[in-house]
Amino acid sequence: MADSVWTPAAGTLTPAATASPPRHAFLVRVTHWITVLCFLALLLSGIEILISHPRFYWGEAGNVLSPPLFKIPIPASRSAVPTGYNFVLPDQNGWSRSLHFQSAWLAVLTGLLYFAGGTLQGHFRRNLIPRGADLSWGAISAVVASHLSFRSTGETGAYNVLQRLTYLTVVFVLFPFVIWTGLAVSPGIAAAFPPAVTLLGGQQSARTLHFFTTIALVLFFGIHVAMVALTGFRKRMAAMTTGGHSESNPPA
Amino acid sequence: MNPIPRRKLITTGLTLAAGASGLAAAATLARRYGLVPPDGSGLYGPGETLTYAAQRLLTRHALAREFSPAQISKPPFANPVRPLGDTFQRLQQAGFTDWRLQVGGMVAHPGSFSLAEIKSFPLSRQVTHLACEEGWSYIAEWTGVRLSHILHLSGALPQARYVVYRSIQSDWWESLDMEDALHPQTLVAHGMNGADMPVPFGGPLRLRVPRQLGYKSVKYITSLLVTDSLKGFGKGLGSASPEDGYAWYAGI
Repeated sequence: MADSVWTPAAGTLTPAATASPPRHAFLVRVTHWITVLCFLALLLSGIEILISHPRFYWGEAGNVLSPPLFKIPIPASRSAVPTGYNFVLPDQNGWSRSLHFQSAWLAVLTGLLYFAGGTLQGHFRRNLIPRGADLSWGAISAVVASHLSFRSTGETGAYNVLQRLTYLTVVFVLFPFVIWTGLAVSPGIAAAFPPAVTLLGGQQSARTLHFFTTIALVLFFGIHVAMVALTGFRKRMAAMTTGGHSESNPPA
Repeated sequence: MNPIPRRKLITTGLTLAAGASGLAAAATLARRYGLVPPDGSGLYGPGETLTYAAQRLLTRHALAREFSPAQISKPPFANPVRPLGDTFQRLQQAGFTDWRLQVGGMVAHPGSFSLAEIKSFPLSRQVTHLACEEGWSYIAEWTGVRLSHILHLSGALPQARYVVYRSIQSDWWESLDMEDALHPQTLVAHGMNGADMPVPFGGPLRLRVPRQLGYKSVKYITSLLVTDSLKGFGKGLGSASPEDGYAWYAGI
């Protein structure tokens, strides 16, 4: 698979010759949409699992008789949890757990494929790792300032430094951490790899950190979708689905 | 738009074919080495199988973490259980002296043990974490006899693959594969935190499986049945849990 993502940014938009490369490589497009599917399934099933015990703790153990770190002010799907509401939500934990783990498996396998393919194809080096000159505070604050004033960032077809840093954080920090904290809640994994739990401060801490990482991912998801909508929803969706072409992305 | 290049079509086709045959080979290997759980079919079968197979390969001999007595949760929490019925009341009023654990199936010496006999067996002690699938947990000290001791006394036959265990609550029955049944931390527990097992926590006898979620640690156990197949039990999914939508293997 030698198809590149798009012409490496040269500062100016050069009209593509005959057949310009797709804006997003085939591998990136496929893994992107599988990940979206998994993310939504994990989020939905995660919320269902959460409402069976909407309390969070720090340390190894925690239950309704121990002081919570914080509570989410919603009713629960189990009657033993004191929530202050005098009704119990329908309990959907069974299929939610199965869907959660199956989606997690698919997400992890897709992530491995993306990582292997992205490394071989130079996706990370070319598209995500910021170019040296862009990493100065001046360059970053210029991009931030233009976002805040809703001016165009002078799009060149390549990601700007803010996008690069955000995607790198999601791919190499948030996704690995949400997997780690999820695995650390598993009794089998805790038995086999105790440091996976103790480094996080205990199994209930792992559950709490899993929740916080989810919040961060949901924030990213919201901003990501909003940015896509603001910069041309149909064109961006087409680029991520059929590939699109770099010349079809004039500076917005 | 130019048509999909032939080379990409061929690479994609080859990748898909390799992936499909890889999956088929993996499924065959998993069946041969007993890595498919009894509920490994259906919509969530792939996820359940991946989890069970991965944990059997990676965590087979792992020991659940043990904690210091200072980490014992005070007070521990037990999910409320439905009224236990007249038989239980009668046995409880007699101090559980007539409580018996039946052992049958693929054993050389089927029979039953009284509570007093079980209490006279070599005592195992552990301070471990019990996590409920709802998200809460507690740490307690559990005392009892290793399930493996009872299986050896009863002469479990070499073709045994699973141990099915039943509760006085007829709708709560579970099973373990031999890895977990013979695991040194799997106990027929009759004590908790230095006293007899309290009734809300499963007294007089509770199976304790610290490498799996709480619902595998069935309360009020009355019988063990050794078998080479789970097909004839309930709907053939291994235990009551999958019939309610929960995973048979609860190491996650």
